[in-house]
Amino acid sequence: MIAIFHVLLFFMIIGSAVAIETKNMLSAVIAVGAVGFGVSLLFLFLGAPDIAITQVIVEILSLIILIRATTFADNRAVERKIDSFATITGLFFLGFFVMATVWAFSDLTPFGEPLMVVSQRYLAGSSAETGAVNVVAGVILDYRAYDTLGEAMVLFTSVLGAFVILRRRGKKPLDEADTEQFGIISD
Amino acid sequence: MDLKELSRDESRGMTLIVKTISRLIMSFVILFGCFIIIYGHITPGGGFAGGIILTIAYVLLLLAFGGKVAMAKLSNFWASMWDNIGALSFVVIGFLGMTGGYFFLNFLDHGSPGHLVSAGMIPLCNIFIALKVGAALYAIFIGLSVYGRIVTEEEK
Repeated sequence: MIAIFHVLLFFMIIGSAVAIETKNMLSAVIAVGAVGFGVSLLFLFLGAPDIAITQVIVEILSLIILIRATTFADNRAVERKIDSFATITGLFFLGFFVMATVWAFSDLTPFGEPLMVVSQRYLAGSSAETGAVNVVAGVILDYRAYDTLGEAMVLFTSVLGAFVILRRRGKKPLDEADTEQFGIISD
Repeated sequence: MDLKELSRDESRGMTLIVKTISRLIMSFVILFGCFIIIYGHITPGGGFAGGIILTIAYVLLLLAFGGKVAMAKLSNFWASMWDNIGALSFVVIGFLGMTGGYFFLNFLDHGSPGHLVSAGMIPLCNIFIALKVGAALYAIFIGLSVYGRIVTEEEK
């Protein structure tokens, strides 16, 4: 079972590297999608089907949005010069953070044994106390419903922001100079 | 033009093959989304995942038939309205819990675990969260794809 996780992790690392390094925008978006589906498979093998379903569906929707956004956008790649000082500094900090991560992770409990006492209490009493067989639904909508309310409010605010920024007509009248510069369709 | 003429207009959206297939598939996608929402407290899934499946059905409509047909089916006004209704109902359910003692108390009868009508307010919360999340993401998609977008040089 551990071998599957390692294969998926290497697949996701390669996908992320392709997404960063490729010149074509559409290839980068598809590589990001492959990484997302790898994450969802990982959740499925770890025994978290709720998160796997949500991850797959959000990944599909965000892929559609990204593809639709990038096919209309300007796809020219930015030319980069190799900066030796930036490369050396980056490598130094990469090594530093990898060592710090290994040092920090050595204190964790073994894989699959959670540290939190609260979660064991939830697992034992969820079905009897909330009546929901699906423990995840019992936790997010009964024990932790207040957190879910906060999450819903975050989404609500983001919709308000999207409508304000992307609406068709602004409050101020559009100059002809703006129309020429940005090529906005006025209806 | 009414909805029927708009959806048969060949200059909008994709080809006839895509339109026919998406017309066949869309109802099944909506059915699956409703299953995920209503059985959220028994099987894996829940309001968030089911709401996004409903959104994907409408996004399919928008991609296949073009923006005008999707806006005629569910306009941006009604998308943000369903968003508001879902959020408000969720908060109202939280405040109804105050009658029994505290915010978000599971005040309804729990029933026997494993049945469709059980777990008190959790199925109701799933439905409202699905309305909220689905309408919100559909509204964001409309905002990103239908609202006055920037025209590239080729399209001019």
